[in-house]
Amino acid sequence: MSPRAAPSLRRRLMVQLLVLSAVLAVALYVAVRLGAERASEATLDGILGAATTTIAEELRSVEGGAELDLSPGTFSMLAAMGEERIFHRIDIRGLPVTGYDDLPLPPTTPTALEPAFYDATYRDADLRLAAVARSLMIENRAAPVLVIVGQTREGQRAIARDLGNRAAALGLVVFLVAVPLSLFATGTLLRPIGRLAEAVGRRGGHDLRPVRHPAPAELMPLVEQLNAFIARLRQTLAQTETFIAEAAHHIRTPLATLRSEAELALRQAGDEPTRARLRGMIRATEESARSANQLLDHATVLFRADQRAQDRVELGAMVSALADRFRPTADLKEMEITLDLPAAPMETTGDAVLIESALRNLIDNALKYSPAESRILITLREDEGFARLDVNDRGRGLGGETQAALSKRFRRGGNVGGVVGSGLGLTIVSETAAAMGGRFALKDRKDGGTCATLWFPFSS
Amino acid sequence: MRYALVPLLVLIAALLGQPALAFEIEAEHRFGPEGATNELAVLSTTDISFFAPLAEAFLARQPNLALRYVQAGSQDLYRAIDGEGAAFDLVISSAMDLQMKLANDGYARALPADLVAELPVWARWRDRLVSIAQEPVVLLLADAALPDGMAPPRSRRDLIALLRDHPQLFAGRIGTYDPRISGAGYLFLTQDARMSDSIWRLAEVMGRLDARLYCCSGDMIAGLLSGDLLVGYNVLGSYAAANLPEGSGVQAIALEDFTVTLQRTALIPVNAPLPEAGAALLRFLLSDEGQLIQSRATGFAVMRPETFATQPWLRPIRLDPGLLSSLDSMTRRRFLAEWTAALDQP
Repeated sequence: MSPRAAPSLRRRLMVQLLVLSAVLAVALYVAVRLGAERASEATLDGILGAATTTIAEELRSVEGGAELDLSPGTFSMLAAMGEERIFHRIDIRGLPVTGYDDLPLPPTTPTALEPAFYDATYRDADLRLAAVARSLMIENRAAPVLVIVGQTREGQRAIARDLGNRAAALGLVVFLVAVPLSLFATGTLLRPIGRLAEAVGRRGGHDLRPVRHPAPAELMPLVEQLNAFIARLRQTLAQTETFIAEAAHHIRTPLATLRSEAELALRQAGDEPTRARLRGMIRATEESARSANQLLDHATVLFRADQRAQDRVELGAMVSALADRFRPTADLKEMEITLDLPAAPMETTGDAVLIESALRNLIDNALKYSPAESRILITLREDEGFARLDVNDRGRGLGGETQAALSKRFRRGGNVGGVVGSGLGLTIVSETAAAMGGRFALKDRKDGGTCATLWFPFSS
Repeated sequence: MRYALVPLLVLIAALLGQPALAFEIEAEHRFGPEGATNELAVLSTTDISFFAPLAEAFLARQPNLALRYVQAGSQDLYRAIDGEGAAFDLVISSAMDLQMKLANDGYARALPADLVAELPVWARWRDRLVSIAQEPVVLLLADAALPDGMAPPRSRRDLIALLRDHPQLFAGRIGTYDPRISGAGYLFLTQDARMSDSIWRLAEVMGRLDARLYCCSGDMIAGLLSGDLLVGYNVLGSYAAANLPEGSGVQAIALEDFTVTLQRTALIPVNAPLPEAGAALLRFLLSDEGQLIQSRATGFAVMRPETFATQPWLRPIRLDPGLLSSLDSMTRRRFLAEWTAALDQP
């Protein structure tokens, strides 16, 4: 079962970046809209205040009351921006004397010549008003005068709205640009993770070296943990292999003693049932010894595969030497080992001990499972840039099993019959081939028997 | 008791059926077919005779529409809309300041956007008030006013000199508007005063020569034609062009120091019963055909910006709330007091 996937980092980053840019766009709109409104409001208040003060100052006292000469320029100026509506009112001693009698009064009476600004609704219009107070000598008495000028602010609002809309359009553009940018940014940001995963995934099954792939600082804890895990795994594996090797070694010696004792007993035994039992015992001992040997071999393979020795091995010479070593055994079964080697040397680079172990296992298997008086053909040639070694026999074939199945540890074919074996031989061969950067194939021959093939890369 | 109520009920019914117009109407005329389903009501300061060709051309393409045309003075027209809320579909006046005040005070309805968009900025205020014609305010001079071989005055300075030099000739034979009763007269005077101080010297000279004050352009023109007057100051150009035939012995002069140019403005009141019909009439007045009929009647190119380039002395009155300042009651009182003081020589 694969682990449950948490929400994708890419999607989370994307969503967060997009939400962020949307928030920024809205903030831009609000800031510009409010800013434009405040700025234009302040400017227009300045003009309105100045106009109101000017009108207040133009009030003169004359015989029998006050006199005023409103300048058209003042009103034109107030109305200029956006063609606003203008209202005014002048009170003397609290009584309206000119203008719009019902124009709303300021909430608090302004101080002398300092305009007070306020908002009010008048004649279905939202007005911004300024009020200025002063006093005037009328009939030898100081009379309080209040001058109020109001204007609509439709033009200002239209401008603020226009600016706001432009900011909104800009925000939208920012947002639209943010979409491909955040796609790009998340891609760039997440690429090291993908690269690291790829680098780890490319490693061979037995490659337990620490990960040295460059990773960003944020990924370093993960890499360190991974390396610590690998180190623990390697140690555990090493301990296991050492244990198996030790165990095999400790079993081998007493088994040898047991076997020689049993052979001695067989020679001295007289009655047939005892001899039969002793023979069975010897065979079982042989089987055990072989298993122990192969366990030892296998542990060696695993151990040395990790070491990655870089010897130059001349395959032809090694095959010849091995064939010579197996010839006495072959002679016992009246079998023949034929070599077909190239004239030129073929070199591969790797662990000589491992390669020899693999070849030995192949030849041993061929001898074990072939009938007497058959021939084993070993050929070495170049095949698509690799050194290819075939071991052909006339044995029982794969018996319907797959190569992968047979290459598993302690797995033996269904047709081994009474032949002694541990089920480790092909495991050793296939692991060696993988460790050397080569390949191993096993298939039935057309007219009976098995063809085991090993490919090794040439030395560079 | 029961019978005593009857006359009252009759009165109420009469008031409801035929809304009484409390403002003073100068003239009224109904154009269009008798059985028309809709009746467009127009309130205007323009003489019916000027408007008739426009009304007929407009109604020719509106089969089911009649037009009730009410002519009133500019002050009465203002009061009808501001005070009485009279129901009209289009209000046309040459008193720009009063029209401006109506629009500013919220009595004007927003006009269709397409109608407003076609107008230059100087010919409209927001989307409430539009100019349908422009016409200069001219000086009328009878040929008899000029001594033999003398060129007509080209500026106010020339006019003042002419009047000063011949007091016997001009005494009691100068006519101008009475700004206290005529809205247009007040507007022209305030605009004159805005342009130049020479108006005050002219007022003093006219006062010394016992100038006669009139309510309307038409009366002044009649005075000139009859020979009672030799000079008419501040007469609407359209009236002069229409009522002064060739060889009448009176010429209209656009003074070259400056000639105030009036815009005849129109608005649709907020309480208009048929605002769409009002807008249709307004659209017709602004159309090439409507403009052609108006210019044929008045002799002036209307609503043509190039007029100002070829005749630089024409000074259009700005259509903006600056006009409102002269309507302020204190300002008006002070201005009229000054005018009266200048005119009434001790």
